[in-house]
Amino acid sequence: MGPLQKTRADAAARSSDTLIGTRIPKKDAPQKASGRTRYIDDINVPGQLYGKILRSGQVHAKIRSIDVSAARALPGVHAVITAADVPWQRPIGVAKDHLPLKPDRVRSPRDEVAAVAADSEDIAEAALKLIRVDYEPLPPVTDARAALKPDAPLLHGDDLVWTGPDGRAEVVHAASRDNVAMTFKYAQGDIARAEADSAAVVEDVFQLHYVTHCCMGVSGVIAEFDASDNLLLYSNTQVPFLHKREFAEMLGIDPGRVRIIQPPIGGGFGSKLDIYPFEPIAIFLARATGRPVKLIFTREEEFLASPTRQPVLLKLRSGCSADGALTFRAVETLHDNGAYTSWGATTPFVMMQTISSLYRVPSCDYQTLAVYTNNPYSGSFRGYGNLQATFAVEAHMDKLAEAIGMDPLEFRLKNAQDPGETTPQGMNFKSCGFKECLRIAAERSDYQQKRRAYRQQWNDSSILKRGVGMASMLHVGGGAKIYPSDGCGTILKMDDFAHLTLITGASEIGQGSETVLAMLVCEELGLPLSSVSVVNSDTDITPWDVGVHASRTTFIAGNSAIGAARKAKTKILTAAAGKLDMEIAALDLQGGYVIARATGERLLELSRLIRSLHFSDKAELVMTTYYYEPPSQHQDKEFKGDVSAAYAWGTQVVEIEVDTQTGIVRLLKVTAAHDVGRVLNRLGIEGQVEGGVVMGQGYALTENLIVENGVIRNPNFRDYKLVTAPEIPEMDISFIESVDGEGPQGAKGVGEAPAICVAAAVGNAIYNATGVRMYGLPFTPENVYRALHGQAKPVTWDIGA
Amino acid sequence: MSPTVEIAFTLNGVVTRVRTSATMTTLEMLRDQLGLTGAKYGCGEGECGACTIVVDGATVNSCLMFAVDCNERVVTTIEGISATPLGEAIKDAFTANGAVQCGFCTPGLVVQASHVLERHSQTHGSGHVGHEEIKRGIEGNLCRCTGYRKIIEAIAAVDVDAT
Ligand code: FES
Ligand code: FES
Repeated sequence: MGPLQKTRADAAARSSDTLIGTRIPKKDAPQKASGRTRYIDDINVPGQLYGKILRSGQVHAKIRSIDVSAARALPGVHAVITAADVPWQRPIGVAKDHLPLKPDRVRSPRDEVAAVAADSEDIAEAALKLIRVDYEPLPPVTDARAALKPDAPLLHGDDLVWTGPDGRAEVVHAASRDNVAMTFKYAQGDIARAEADSAAVVEDVFQLHYVTHCCMGVSGVIAEFDASDNLLLYSNTQVPFLHKREFAEMLGIDPGRVRIIQPPIGGGFGSKLDIYPFEPIAIFLARATGRPVKLIFTREEEFLASPTRQPVLLKLRSGCSADGALTFRAVETLHDNGAYTSWGATTPFVMMQTISSLYRVPSCDYQTLAVYTNNPYSGSFRGYGNLQATFAVEAHMDKLAEAIGMDPLEFRLKNAQDPGETTPQGMNFKSCGFKECLRIAAERSDYQQKRRAYRQQWNDSSILKRGVGMASMLHVGGGAKIYPSDGCGTILKMDDFAHLTLITGASEIGQGSETVLAMLVCEELGLPLSSVSVVNSDTDITPWDVGVHASRTTFIAGNSAIGAARKAKTKILTAAAGKLDMEIAALDLQGGYVIARATGERLLELSRLIRSLHFSDKAELVMTTYYYEPPSQHQDKEFKGDVSAAYAWGTQVVEIEVDTQTGIVRLLKVTAAHDVGRVLNRLGIEGQVEGGVVMGQGYALTENLIVENGVIRNPNFRDYKLVTAPEIPEMDISFIESVDGEGPQGAKGVGEAPAICVAAAVGNAIYNATGVRMYGLPFTPENVYRALHGQAKPVTWDIGA
Repeated sequence: MSPTVEIAFTLNGVVTRVRTSATMTTLEMLRDQLGLTGAKYGCGEGECGACTIVVDGATVNSCLMFAVDCNERVVTTIEGISATPLGEAIKDAFTANGAVQCGFCTPGLVVQASHVLERHSQTHGSGHVGHEEIKRGIEGNLCRCTGYRKIIEAIAAVDVDAT
C-alpha cells in the first residue's frame, strides 16, 4: 500500500460518527449567500458622519503650508483636521516611524495630509478639493539600491520626537542616517569550508515584484466615542487585542476603555495585521466632532494606500556535493521598505527558515537590509516572505540537481527533512510528512516521466511547449512565538437547554475558524453542530488572543477550545456520576445524552441534567475557561529557537503550456500534497488550498502592481489582473496526515501554505518547457516573451557596499 | 447638490417609487437609499461583479448604472433572488459545496449563477450546467478567497428544473 492509500484507509477506518475529517459546511455560509451578512460598509450608526482623507499625491515633498479655511466653510462639513490639530498623535506601525497625519513632510503619494468629516461622502469629497496644500518637492529615492548610496536623500534622517501633554519630549523613532530601516543576520556552520567542499555551486539574483492583497471588501472603520469618552471601533483588524492597546496609547487612555467590534470581513490575507493611518484618523475625526465617523476606502484608494507584499531583490549562492547532499546556502536580500516600516520588513523571520530548514543544509548565511525609499510600504501577506524565499531556493534545487546530473525529485528526497529532526536554527520537526508530500505529488502528476519527455522538445519547432515544475515549502503550522504570548483564550458556556456558546478570542476572517472550532468542541462533548453558537467579534466579551496570523488559528484557538470543552465535560460527567451513582470513567457524552461508556445506553438527557444543576440549592452553571499557550520558544538574538509548536509541509507540481510566440503561460494543472497533520473540516481545508493555489497563480502569472518612480500606475482591477474563473487550473489535492502530537486532533495550520509554492514551481516548469530560466516575477506574457527571445533585462545585484 | 428625479420601478416584485439624485448609481440607491445592502461595492468600475443585479432579465453591474435608468424596469437584487426557489437552491448548493469563504463576492455570484442557470434552462430546456459554461458565465465576478473551483461545482450541482 502506498502512503496515500494508507492515509485514505486510515481515514475510512475512523468511526463513522466523528465529525473530524468530514465535509462540514461553514456556519456563516447561508447568511452570506443570501446577502444578509453585514460587512463594515453595510453598517450605519445613527448620527454618523463620513470621513475622507486627503493624500499628498507627491512622491517626496516638504509641506510648506496647508489652508483648510475654504473646506471648513463648506456647508455640511463638521471637521477638517491636519497634523496641527492633533499634536498628540503618536507614530504607528512596526517601527513607530509613521505619523497618521503628516506634519511637515510627505514621503509617498499615499501620505495622509488632511481629513474631513461631513454629512455625506459627496460633501466630504467636495471639501477635500477645497484644501490647498503648498508643497516644496524634495529629491525622491525610488530604488532600494539608490537609497544606499552615500549621497542619497534621507527618508527618516531626523529623530521623530513626540511631546506629551505634560511637555515631556521623547524620541519615538531614532533617525536613520543611511536609509537602513532594519537588518537581519543569521548564520550557521562554516560557509567557506562548505563551499570549498562542494562539487557544484550556483549563484543567481532573483527579483520579486509588488503585488497586493485585493481583498474584495475594501478597508473601512467606524469610530465612536460615548459620553464618558470610551472608544468603540468597528474594525476589520485581524489583531483586535494588540490594536486595542495601541489605540489606547495613541489616545492616552486606559486600554480597558477601547472596545473593538469586528464585523464580518471581506478578506484579510494578512492585510489587517498592522494599524494604518486611516484608523487613527477616523478616531481623530470622531473626537473632533463628537459624532460617529465612518470611513470607507474606494477601490482606487485600496490599491494606493494598502500595504503590498514585500518586493525583494535576493542573491542566493548554493552548493552541493557530488552525491547530491546540500552543503551550504548564502543569501543576501535587499528589501525595499518603502516610506514607512510595516510587517513586510520583518519577512526575514520566515525567509530564513526556508533557507536554513526546508532542506538539511549544514552551513547557512542569511542577511537582509531593509531600506527606506519613497515607494509603497509593504505589510504581511499570506506566506509572509516565503513565496519569495521559496522561489529562489526551489530554482536552485533544480539547478544544483542538473549540475550534478541527478533527478530533481531524488535530489530533493535526499535532502528533505525527516520527523524528529532539529535543524541548526533550532526548529524541531515533531511531525513531518515532507517526503510523503514529495513522493505523492510526483507520483500523482507523473512528474519524472513528464519532465524527461518535455525536455526533449526544447529544440523542436513547436510553438506550444509543455513543462512540469516542482516546488516544496516549510511553514509554521503551530503558531509563531513572536509576541510575549502566542496564546488564545476560550470561554464555554452551556445553557439550560444544553446549547453551547463558544466564546473565543480567535477572529473569523472567512477562513472558516468558526466552523472548525465548533466542530472541535462538539467532538469533545458529543453534541451536534447545531447546538453551538460562536461569539468571536467583540473585545469586551471575548478572551485574549494574539490575532489571526501565521496560520495559527486552527492550531492555537483549536487547542484552547478543546481545553475548555474538556473542562466542561469533566464538570458534566462529575455531576452525572453523582446523580447516577456511577463512576465518572463509566460515563461519556453522545448525541446530547450522558451515556454508559461500555454499552452506549442513554442514561440522562443532557439538558435535564444541566437544568437540575442550575435550579438546585447549590446552583451551578456549566461555564469553563481555558487559555492555551503553545510549547514553542521565542527565538534568541541569533534567530535560533523552536518558534512554532508544529510545522507544515507541502509539495506542488505544476504543469504548464508556454506559447513561445506570445509568451502566454497557461497553468494547466496543479498537483498538491500538503502535510496538514490531520484533516478536520475537509470542505474547509480544500477551500483553503484551492484558494491559496489560485492566489499563488496570480502571484506567478497575472498580478503586478506597477510602481514607477514611486507612483502606482494601475490602481484598478482592469490593469491589475486577478485570476478569473476560466483561468484556474485543474487541481489535484492530497492531504498527508502526519497527526501532530500537539495539534488539535492532530491538525496543523494550513492557511498560508498553499500559496507558497506555485510561482517557484511555474519557474521550474518554464525551464522544463523551454530551457530558459527566469529569475524575476511575474511571468506575464511580455516578460516571458522577452526571456524566450533573449531580451530580458538581466537581474543584477549591484548594491555597492 | 445635483437635481433629483422621481422614478418608479419594480424592485424584487414590488413597485417602488423613489426620488433619487441624477448622479447616483443604482448600487448607491439600493444600498444607501433603500437599505438593500446585499449588493456590494467592490470596485465601482464594473470590474468585480460584487454589485451584480438583474435588470429586465439581464445581469448588470449596478455600480455602472445610473439609478434613474431603473425607471420603469424590473430590478431584482440578491434579496429578491434568495427568496425564490432557485435562489434557495443556489444558496444551499453554495453552502454544501464550500463555495463561500469571506462571502463578499458571494451575493454577486449567486445573482450571476441564477442568471446562468435560468439562461441554460431557457436555451437547453433542462438539467445541470457544465463547468465550461459556468466559467464563462461568472468570468466577470472576482473572488479572492476560494479559487473559484467550489463556486463552479456549486453552480453545477444545481438542477434548475428541480426548483
Ligand atoms: S462594484 Fe460594480 S463591478 Fe465592482
Ligand atoms: S469568498 Fe471572499 S472574495 Fe469570494
